[in-house]
Amino acid sequence: MTELLKIQGLKTQFFTSAGTVKAVDGVTYDVEEGETVAVVGESGCGKSVTALSIMRLVAEPAGRVVDGNIMFQGTDLLQLPEEEMRKVRGNNIAMVFQEPMTSLNPVLSIGLQLTETVQQHLGVDDATARARAVELLGLVGMSDAERRLDQYPHHLSGGMRQRVMIAMALSCEPKLIIADEPTTALDVTIQAQILELMKNLTRDLGVAMIIITHNLGVVARYADRVNVMYAGKIIESGTAEDIYHNPKHPYTLALLKSVPRLDQPRGAKLDPVDGQPPDLARLDEGCSFRPRCRYADAKCGMSFPPTEHVDGIHYSACFKKDELDSPMKEAS
Amino acid sequence: MSAVAGSTAAPGAAGQMDFLQVSNLKMYFPVTEGILIQRKVAEVKAVDDISFAMHKGETLGLVGESGCGKTTTGRCILQLEKVTSGQILYDGKDVSKLNKADLSQYRQKVQVIFQDPFSSLNPRMKIGEILAEPMRVHGIIPDARKRDERVMELLNICGLSTRFADRYPHEMSGGQRQRVGIARALSVNPEFIVCDEAVSALDVSIQAQVINLLEDLRDEFGLTYLFISHDLSVVRHICHRVAVMYLGNMVELASCDELFDNPIHPYTRALLDAVPIPDPTVEAARQHKIVTGEIPSPMNPPPGCVFHPRCELAVDSCKQAAPEFREIKPGHWVACTEV
Ligand SMILES: Nc1ncnc2c1ncn2[C@@H]1O[C@H](COP(=O)(O)OP(=O)(O)OP(=O)(O)O)[C@@H](O)[C@H]1O
Ligand SMILES: Nc1ncnc2c1ncn2[C@@H]1O[C@H](COP(=O)(O)OP(=O)(O)OP(=O)(O)O)[C@@H](O)[C@H]1O
Ligand code: SF4
Ligand SMILES: [Mg+2]
Ligand SMILES: [Mg+2]
Repeated sequence: MTELLKIQGLKTQFFTSAGTVKAVDGVTYDVEEGETVAVVGESGCGKSVTALSIMRLVAEPAGRVVDGNIMFQGTDLLQLPEEEMRKVRGNNIAMVFQEPMTSLNPVLSIGLQLTETVQQHLGVDDATARARAVELLGLVGMSDAERRLDQYPHHLSGGMRQRVMIAMALSCEPKLIIADEPTTALDVTIQAQILELMKNLTRDLGVAMIIITHNLGVVARYADRVNVMYAGKIIESGTAEDIYHNPKHPYTLALLKSVPRLDQPRGAKLDPVDGQPPDLARLDEGCSFRPRCRYADAKCGMSFPPTEHVDGIHYSACFKKDELDSPMKEAS
Repeated sequence: MSAVAGSTAAPGAAGQMDFLQVSNLKMYFPVTEGILIQRKVAEVKAVDDISFAMHKGETLGLVGESGCGKTTTGRCILQLEKVTSGQILYDGKDVSKLNKADLSQYRQKVQVIFQDPFSSLNPRMKIGEILAEPMRVHGIIPDARKRDERVMELLNICGLSTRFADRYPHEMSGGQRQRVGIARALSVNPEFIVCDEAVSALDVSIQAQVINLLEDLRDEFGLTYLFISHDLSVVRHICHRVAVMYLGNMVELASCDELFDNPIHPYTRALLDAVPIPDPTVEAARQHKIVTGEIPSPMNPPPGCVFHPRCELAVDSCKQAAPEFREIKPGHWVACTEV
């Protein structure tokens, strides 16, 4: 496969009265063509800010990308003039957000919003754009597409709005879709419908996807490759199998032990991560997971552990990566 | 649909009275139109004839998708709604017929923990005051000094440092606020707690901490929980029995392992299929049969079995008559004629 996106040493910071928030602190990862890459981690660890940085949509002047590069098909997005970047956003990379209501315009009909993006991209006449809009709505599984064009966002359920958002994302025939918690607000049967749809579309159209989520089940079902994020850094990455069956970072291990599983009978108690997530304005030079880590020792406080190769595409940033317990829960 | 489901007497305690018994509960909300003169133009059948019973010390899970009537069921039990019809017996007494003194006692024994801990805590009160207030109102500990001691004890029980007594809700994290919500519910020595999406807004690591706390408290104080949640994995972990709701109806009720290992109702099966399991090997081997269609409006529910428009097994008769909620095996209740 060929490389589509290569993020290297990305750092994004917010300058607030409480200090500098290191929201993204040296993130490096790749996305290959047609691949589904997941970014997982708890609230506030920097998942959305990473995505916004790729799109160059971080709210300035409070926030700013301070270091790194984002190579998309060989061009560094961070160096592009805004004009060029707008073209990238319109034609190459699309974004789907968690709450479609806030990203759809409430006073414009679905048809108008869809045909507008189609026309921007293809420069075709009204009738052709409308036909393409109907086709796109069909593609995302909306029944009665003709009639839907005349409806407004508030006429649609949450699941249908998310389908419209995906149709709009697809309208520009992107190479990459960044989906930030695309189903978190939806019911589980609707969530399954939407994720299955996205999986099929990316497969059939060869579109790559970055899926941002805190749901470890969603990752296991859909991702080819997984990046686990903690306090602004990717602390472990690998295939889904690597991450779930052979975790090499205490945080990943702890996350897996914290989630109750649908396929496991009640029995052993959950084994949660102790303590609270860190304040990203008050990090020291040591490992940021140290205060909550069961394996930590003096060395962990001296410097941040380097990212080291485990095997294949599996990497971990932990001094104790070879001394961890097995992730298997004892059945009881 | 009149059977009281779930009367599974504990072994050796046949005939033991159910702690909570809900029979044929209906809660219809009027939909009105007009500004000066309000006319009722329709009804939302939020809860439409459900029956179940619970034992002391039991945790019953109430699951189902958004709008199926879980919260409304909880609110009816809490006496926060005037029910359309049906009966709720608590410790053998009809809760809609309690006199003033009994009602006040009921409001002490039956507590609630909400999803959003922030909106349910008064932002202008310190945590210590938030915890002491219910004890004062219910006259549980009249002495202010003793009350403060109890506040410290409650903070300890819920895994919070006593320093938090002097803080305000906005100075705490989501997980910490949820612990305050739990401590407040415990402050009046309840017997029964409605946990309405009590851990749903929390991140997994914090969620696991709060789940463990709820389990410890249940064991220590013999609490009974109605555990409302849309997260089926959490429900499997914490509940003894589980009831599944769809569009105001109860469609299945069974012991926890039975429901998750042998789901019978087509909706329960679809629901379980849709939940991804955090294990790529398991996921790769699973068949994903994804239910199509959307949930109909409770203002205009389908006739007959409410699930029939999305159901694979539906036959003509499903469109006409609502299926009876029947006990298909001991303790396992299902509302479907085709299984
Ligand atoms: N405009 C801003 N000003 C200051 N800090 C910000 C701003 N936006 C985000 N942050 C901080 O940056 C960090 C990363 O935020 P981000 O939104 O990326 O988290 P996330 O991983 O997407 O979390 P969630 O799962 O809750 O969406 C957080 O600590 C957040 O408080
Ligand atoms: N006071 C009210 N007036 C009118 N309709 C109401 C009222 N309260 C609830 N409803 C409706 O009753 C139905 C059931 O609502 P309820 O809040 O019980 O659902 P739920 O299962 O708790 O959903 P969720 O998972 O989204 O919390 C919904 O259609 C809701 O819109
Ligand atoms: S480097 Fe040390 S503190 Fe950090 S995760 Fe590894 S063992 Fe824990
Ligand atoms: Mg986010
Ligand atoms: Mg609810």
